[in-house]
Amino acid sequence: MHELPQQLANGLALGALYGLIAIGYTMVYGIVQLINFAHGEIFMIGGFGALTAYAILPTGTSLLIAIPVMIIGGAICSVAVACAAERFAYRPLRSAPRLAPLITAIGLSIALQQLVWQFYPDAKKAVSFPEFTGPAFKITENLAIQRADLFVLILAPLCMLALGVFVQKSRSGRAMQATAQDPDTAKLMGINTDRIIVMAFAIGAAFAAVAAVAYGVDKGQINFEMGFILGLKAFTAAVLGGIGNIYGAMVGGVVLGLAEALSIAYIEEIPGMQQLGGGAWSNVWAFVLLIVVLLVRPQGLLGQRVTDRA
Amino acid sequence: MTALLKVEDLKVAYGKIEAVKGISFEVNEGEIVCLVGTNGAGKTTTLRTLSGLLKPTAGSVTFDGQPLVGVPAHKIVALKLAHSPEGRHIFPRLTIEENLQLGAFLRSDKDGIEKDIQRAYDLFPILGERRKQAAGTLSGGEQQMLAMGRALMCQPKLLMLDEPSMGLSPLMMQKIMSTISELKASGMTILLVEQNAQAALSLADQAHVMEIGKIVLSGTGQDLLHNEDVRKAYLGED
Repeated sequence: MHELPQQLANGLALGALYGLIAIGYTMVYGIVQLINFAHGEIFMIGGFGALTAYAILPTGTSLLIAIPVMIIGGAICSVAVACAAERFAYRPLRSAPRLAPLITAIGLSIALQQLVWQFYPDAKKAVSFPEFTGPAFKITENLAIQRADLFVLILAPLCMLALGVFVQKSRSGRAMQATAQDPDTAKLMGINTDRIIVMAFAIGAAFAAVAAVAYGVDKGQINFEMGFILGLKAFTAAVLGGIGNIYGAMVGGVVLGLAEALSIAYIEEIPGMQQLGGGAWSNVWAFVLLIVVLLVRPQGLLGQRVTDRA
Repeated sequence: MTALLKVEDLKVAYGKIEAVKGISFEVNEGEIVCLVGTNGAGKTTTLRTLSGLLKPTAGSVTFDGQPLVGVPAHKIVALKLAHSPEGRHIFPRLTIEENLQLGAFLRSDKDGIEKDIQRAYDLFPILGERRKQAAGTLSGGEQQMLAMGRALMCQPKLLMLDEPSMGLSPLMMQKIMSTISELKASGMTILLVEQNAQAALSLADQAHVMEIGKIVLSGTGQDLLHNEDVRKAYLGED
């Protein structure tokens, strides 16, 4: 068990990444009850936007200076695409049966992947992304934290804190809570709920762009398909934490990340389960965890039972 | 004198089903106007159309000199037309105080808002005692008080109340009705929708009986209260 601290650190970093993406699913669901299956692609576009911003910078710019520029560039692209999707794909379907926007979301997801594949230079295969170089930070004998992991471990809590303050304290945040709880009545208060919905999409997209930069500097490359499995994992995290609850998204992400890291390290040490451990099975264990949690707590870890809509 | 609210030949449909089939009425400043009628008569549909939540298929609505048809709901509130909806619809996971603050969403005069919140607590002391409590934990009557208090927070020129006595104990209903007459005494103009015709008609200056989407009878509250047909149909008398 001497590698446990290391596995926990890896799991936390992975979970923070899931959590950042999961915010987008949970905020949109909380307000319009739509699972935005194109959110994985919003994340992917954030990555390509960040890469484009990096390409504009003079060569040899230090990564620490480049990263804020990349986050802003990525967020501009992801927010623009998310807002356009809301305006032109989802809003016309707002009073349509639930299945219509859901299928639209899946179609949009495929379309966005293909657009990047087709038109982004060299995106038909993985493209390289500026990577953190330099040694990991050695904390103890058994624990070393990679620079990219440290980056996401610092950034994710900061983003969550900012979002929490925004939702609890600001006028727009209050309007957002009201719209989530009762959209028609929110209108009767004078709240422009269309604007609140756009805001939810935009915040989710901006967080996805942060996640995309964190992912890129960790892996050193991005590709047009990366939104699929990461989006699915983040969606799982959102459901695990209780969809509609922003803190639940982060909690779900961390639980999922830890479960994956620990399953990779320890499942194969259980007698008789050697074949079911290692990286190849981590996705399986992630979804097993989801099923178990939903059996015990269908509303997710931090979700509320919907009883107050009398 | 021109009416504060003028509704002319208003028609509203849900898909192909017409719920309101061309009604006209007026509300003058300082009056209580009451719409009574059974379930499905179109009373709630009428109010939801006036506040912009539903779009009419025909007709016109003028409020304070401005046409309302086509104006989105969140802009109608800005004209100081408040709507306390059927079923109360308080925000259950926000506190009582936060609910009241949302009622003043479009106002920016902090001191004035504070004063009006205090006024709501004076009107309904129980709300003041529980100001930090989640609104979903209130009883039905308390939620109704909150819904009314919240609607008053936009300093309305016209207050629309939809079934304020629905599902309340007789005692609570009395409290709500006496608050409505207090509001009238303070000069508030009110459009009241009620199934409890007895209580509503005795408060009303003008009243209209609605049946399946049409106004079938109009008069002063007292006229209707003593009308044979109304007594038979709505007051449960033979």
